[in-house]
Amino acid sequence: MSDEANKGLLSPLRRKLLMGMAAVPAMTMLPRASFAQAPATSAVNTTGLAVTDTEVTVGILHSATGTMAISETGSIEAEKLAIEQINAAGGVLGRKIKFIQEDGASDWPTFAEKAKKLLVNDKVAAIMGCWTSASRKAVLPVVEQYNGMLYYPTFYEGLEQSKNVIYTGQEATQQILAGLNWIAKEKGAKTFFFIGSDYIWPRTSNKIARKHVENVLKGKVVGEEYYPLGNTQFNSVINKIKLTKPDVIFTDVVGGSNVAFYKQLKAAGIDLAKQALLTISVTEDEIDGIGGENIAGAYACMKYFQSLDNPNNKAFVPAFKKMWGEKTVIGDVTQAAYLGPWLWKLTVEKAGSFDIDKIAAASPGVEFKGAPEGYVRIHENHHLWSKTRVGRAKLDGQFELIYETADLVEPDPFPKGYQ
Amino acid sequence: MNDSRFATRSELIGILVLAVLLVVILPLCLDVFRLNLVAKYLTYAFVALGLVICWGYGGILSLGQGVFFGLGGYCMAMFLKLEASSVENTKIQSTPGIPDFMDWNQITALPFFWKPFHSLTFTIAAVILVPGIFALIIGAAMFKRRVGGTYFAIITQAVAAILTILIVGQQGYTGGINGMTDLRTLKGWDIRPDHAKVVLYFFEVGLLFACIFIAQFVRHSKLGRILVAMRDQEDRVRFSGYSVANFKIFAFCIAAIFAAIGGAMFALNVGFMSPSFVGIVPSIEMVIYTAVGGRLSILGAVYGTILVNFAKTSLSESFPELWLFGLGGLFIAVVLAFPNGLAGIWGDYVQPRISKLIGTRKPKSDWTDNSVADGAPAE
Repeated sequence: MSDEANKGLLSPLRRKLLMGMAAVPAMTMLPRASFAQAPATSAVNTTGLAVTDTEVTVGILHSATGTMAISETGSIEAEKLAIEQINAAGGVLGRKIKFIQEDGASDWPTFAEKAKKLLVNDKVAAIMGCWTSASRKAVLPVVEQYNGMLYYPTFYEGLEQSKNVIYTGQEATQQILAGLNWIAKEKGAKTFFFIGSDYIWPRTSNKIARKHVENVLKGKVVGEEYYPLGNTQFNSVINKIKLTKPDVIFTDVVGGSNVAFYKQLKAAGIDLAKQALLTISVTEDEIDGIGGENIAGAYACMKYFQSLDNPNNKAFVPAFKKMWGEKTVIGDVTQAAYLGPWLWKLTVEKAGSFDIDKIAAASPGVEFKGAPEGYVRIHENHHLWSKTRVGRAKLDGQFELIYETADLVEPDPFPKGYQ
Repeated sequence: MNDSRFATRSELIGILVLAVLLVVILPLCLDVFRLNLVAKYLTYAFVALGLVICWGYGGILSLGQGVFFGLGGYCMAMFLKLEASSVENTKIQSTPGIPDFMDWNQITALPFFWKPFHSLTFTIAAVILVPGIFALIIGAAMFKRRVGGTYFAIITQAVAAILTILIVGQQGYTGGINGMTDLRTLKGWDIRPDHAKVVLYFFEVGLLFACIFIAQFVRHSKLGRILVAMRDQEDRVRFSGYSVANFKIFAFCIAAIFAAIGGAMFALNVGFMSPSFVGIVPSIEMVIYTAVGGRLSILGAVYGTILVNFAKTSLSESFPELWLFGLGGLFIAVVLAFPNGLAGIWGDYVQPRISKLIGTRKPKSDWTDNSVADGAPAE
């Protein structure tokens, strides 16, 4: 998990990144002194991006329609808020951010088409976008081919690293391991039951969780079940849970299925005040649909909760509600999406350029002290160092912070021993 | 009269106009990005063409053409994915040399049914034969039992749903809901750069015209006439001694093979294949393209597909939050006001005027005969 583990992975890409890093200080120190307020466009944009003397264009690419719209709307809102705040504070290298929004329509090929449009036609300087792993997988070859920069907000399964992507959410080990450690210690848990939606993220997350339970915690996985996306019948698995009586139910069921799952769990008489349940897929957004009374008592493992008590978050939550309405809730991914435009701004200013190659190289080490989740920093592998937190769902749909890791957790998208 | 084996004179002119549009005008007017989008739209035109034969002429409404589009596309994508997953490209995996999604799903060896897809010849055969044989089986099972009309449409929907669930569920073998992404080369030839996109576009247009000629041939042959007769009076055709089921199976198989060719071209042009093209919604969309273009018109289907998709792209670029409503309104308007689609508008309003302008000099051969037969008032 430390740098030792990472050294084995010195891929050509990584090596390039490290070499790029070495060049960064020289690049940023020298020209900076001579820059006026807004440096000349020809100096900061050598590759023909959509940058003028007063404006810079970025793309926002999420699903505004279709099944994913309910989840992705929060990300769109957070990104627009961040852009507005950055513009109010003077923009990026003296330029106002203008955005072009495209609709991925919950359809992965559409995401690829729109990403290509943003990069080829609009020459955007960065794309804030994607949500599901499937949409990211569709967009990844496009941003790599046309050398774009994607800021991807969702917690995801890892096993990926690209020069052209900054992952502002957690990869699987960051999200799961600390939560499992905590619940094993706190509840003395030895037996676990895994339930997930049937696609790559839950399968990979559960694979990592299983290795951790079996090899590190010396516990036992007594059941592992998957259901198709959108499934609403969980009675058979609930019966199995009743038979096997696990210490912990560990779930990564996504989307609308959650509503059915928690209601049926409650109807079957499983009381989450007594039965420990740890989820890595339910944020404040999902509770909006599930209903606080159906999930109160469950533990969620995230990096951000709306209820976090720190000065950054105390400014962020009211600003968000002021812009998007008093009733909106802010989940983990929404917060991670908010980081995208800020991290991009900080990176551009560190690199002193909008050029993709330069910001890709300048990204590692960029720190954002104003993040609502607290301090974050970009790792050499383009993921974020961030804390893991466990919250307990309350009746009003908010989480109460129960535990957080003392230090930032290192992102490790290719975890040794967990594959 | 003027009917040759393939086309009437006005149809030949129509084909020529389409050829000029696709081969000359569009490539000159559009940049490579937009041209590649047209190439993507045209992959659906193959499906729409098939539907004209199967639905417009044969009267068999299939709401599951996505199945065949998907089968063709997946066959091609498997070949491309294997080529992109060389040991060299995949050395960070636990098992190098297999597609990345297999590695994520703890599969350690290439499954047996993937192995033949190392061969391009096999892949091309599979693109046509796998959907063709699948359609033959479905068609034989349904039509021999005289299942038709709405029931057939529902069953094709069920097949589309089943195949989607199968692909999503078997993600170790199929890539699941992510599909197969990051397709790179065809026999070492990179399919991603701009010049490759242009070559693929022209290749696809060539294939499309081959399919248009096949469709024209079917339509003007005796076979086409039997299909129409069957659509209008199935029992009479049966009593005349024809095996109705066999003709229906044939029309369904042709439509399936056209759809599969479209799917394979999609995988090549877009570099991508996913279950979102297989399911119920895309299958119905494909029927809508045909309906908008005019289900009785071979060329109308092509124009309908291009126009609907163009509207989809441009509406969604301009109004990211509202475009689906606009598109829905467009469909309702077209179907309510012009049941024969764009081809109907052309035939009823535009063509008579053009003929009037040009035709005054020539004897009013073709269309006056028809209009008298239709009982239209002489002007």
